[in-house]
Amino acid sequence: MAESGAAAPRNRLAVAGARATTQAMLSNQPRGDVIRNMIFAGLLLLAILIALAGLVALLVQAFVKGAPAFSLDLFTNGPSRIRPESAGFRPAILGSLELIAGVILFVVPIGVGAALYLEEYADKTRWWNRLIEVNIQNLAAVPSIIYGILGLGFIVRGPLDLGFVLAAGSLTLALLVLPMVIIAAREAIRAVPDSIRQGSLALGATKWQTIRRQVLPASVPGILTGIILAVSRALGEAAPLLLVGAAAFVTFDPQPFSGDRYSALPVQIYNYATQPQEEFRALAAAGIIVMLIVLLAMNSVAIWLRNRYEQRW
Amino acid sequence: MAQDESRAETGRAGREAAAERAAIAVRPGEFRRGPSGKREKVFELKGAGVSYGGVTAVRDISMDIHRNDVTAMIGPSGCGKSTLLRCLNRMNDLIPGAEVQGELLYHGEDLYGQTVDPVQVRKLIGMVFQKPNPFPKSIYDNVAFGPRVLGHKENLDQTVEEALRGAALWDEVKDRLDDNAFGLSGGQQQRLCIARCIAVNPDTILMDEPCSALDPISTGKIEDLMIELKKEFSIVIVTHNMQQAARVSDRTAFLMVELDAEEDNRWGRLVEYDETEKIFTNPTDQRTEDYVSGKVG
Repeated sequence: MAESGAAAPRNRLAVAGARATTQAMLSNQPRGDVIRNMIFAGLLLLAILIALAGLVALLVQAFVKGAPAFSLDLFTNGPSRIRPESAGFRPAILGSLELIAGVILFVVPIGVGAALYLEEYADKTRWWNRLIEVNIQNLAAVPSIIYGILGLGFIVRGPLDLGFVLAAGSLTLALLVLPMVIIAAREAIRAVPDSIRQGSLALGATKWQTIRRQVLPASVPGILTGIILAVSRALGEAAPLLLVGAAAFVTFDPQPFSGDRYSALPVQIYNYATQPQEEFRALAAAGIIVMLIVLLAMNSVAIWLRNRYEQRW
Repeated sequence: MAQDESRAETGRAGREAAAERAAIAVRPGEFRRGPSGKREKVFELKGAGVSYGGVTAVRDISMDIHRNDVTAMIGPSGCGKSTLLRCLNRMNDLIPGAEVQGELLYHGEDLYGQTVDPVQVRKLIGMVFQKPNPFPKSIYDNVAFGPRVLGHKENLDQTVEEALRGAALWDEVKDRLDDNAFGLSGGQQQRLCIARCIAVNPDTILMDEPCSALDPISTGKIEDLMIELKKEFSIVIVTHNMQQAARVSDRTAFLMVELDAEEDNRWGRLVEYDETEKIFTNPTDQRTEDYVSGKVG
């Protein structure tokens, strides 16, 4: 009893001490920390503002310069060297759409297939699979002009020998964006929880049934994101197309395999922008607006598809 | 299909008839279902063990698992009970480097024989996992998935309904079969996983700590379900929860971690395997008694 009597004041002291310390810790955040937090948040805000400023400047310039020249006739008229007032982008728009359609046809099965192999089948402890992985990462960073040279040497001439046709341009662009699609599809496939695969296999489904009916449907949204990025990139590329036969003044609608030249939006814009007359440069700016519209239209389809398939775990 | 009809029949006579039909309908490469009988062995383990990349996880397990029993495996963490369970339907095949030693017979046939296809094994020996893992699909599609991949597409609605009834979930979900399975509660999700499993009409159901992520009420429902299901299936359950093993199982295996002399390596070892009542009231081995009485954890 005497012991507990002696202990009581000590306990009270300890409790009071602990309470005081806690209060101090909770309320008195050091001033230095507050300032450091604010500086850091400010720097992060600055970073996003700089990124946005570039985009806004680009868009504003295109719209200010291009708006006077913009009209719906741009979508229906062919190009002209002499009369900027009646010149348009019809063959270029159709060329770009056909190029992109070819890219999607080529890149989706091969990109998703490669990603499935790497994620579901490849033994990652083997050096050759790791080598493939590293190389795909590197391929995504190769400058596009190199792909243009590759397309010229292997697709237009060389082994495939297609000639300067739209299909050759499509294949070249597809090779360019293939690594991007593979990387994005792999991420999407990896994000499917293993418990889904195990649940499916435990029911007596084969590996392929599991991939076909569980893994692929669950990774569709991620794969579509990769395809959106890839298509946007392919749509904007001019450099490799110049090497594999895209021309600026094509007055007829493009055919995928005919020997006639074809055009594409970025190539057409580049050409108008380098004309000496002021009117043509306005036309180039209007072309950028046209390209943005085409891009947004395609991406919104992909985003709509993605939202339809969106899943949560 | 003989398997589909068997579900509608109840009672011992019906089960026997179904088992006989199934035995006749056996296809090459598929396991035969024996005639029913209480002491018939489903699994016979003779010195079975598992190692991962050369490191032993469990070794030297010898036990018989009987038809229409609930067989529980208990023991401390890391004693290899889940590993052992996953051997029984060859889920360990999916882990690179996993290797099975000893003899593992299923209805008298070597489960790891050269001609045995693991996919066929898993059709007959279903599995329910620790964390409910419904597919990101509707409730209906979750249950229909197994029959669909196995090509049993006739009377799919009926199969789904019977499986959901069998898992005591039908009344709760019959009005929202097309809703996403993630909208269900954890306990409902786990019963959905059980329904999914029985929809393919397996012979044995393996359950790997099926209630460890669930609240007590959901746990109670699943335990009741197990007792109901063992009339039709053989069940092997791994559990952390000794009371659960005591409540639901007919036989209990107690596994323990064993260390080598230098204490460098550890593996799981079967200490005692007997009638559940005996394990919990009058165990032969002192280590079992210490564990079930809570002296060691």
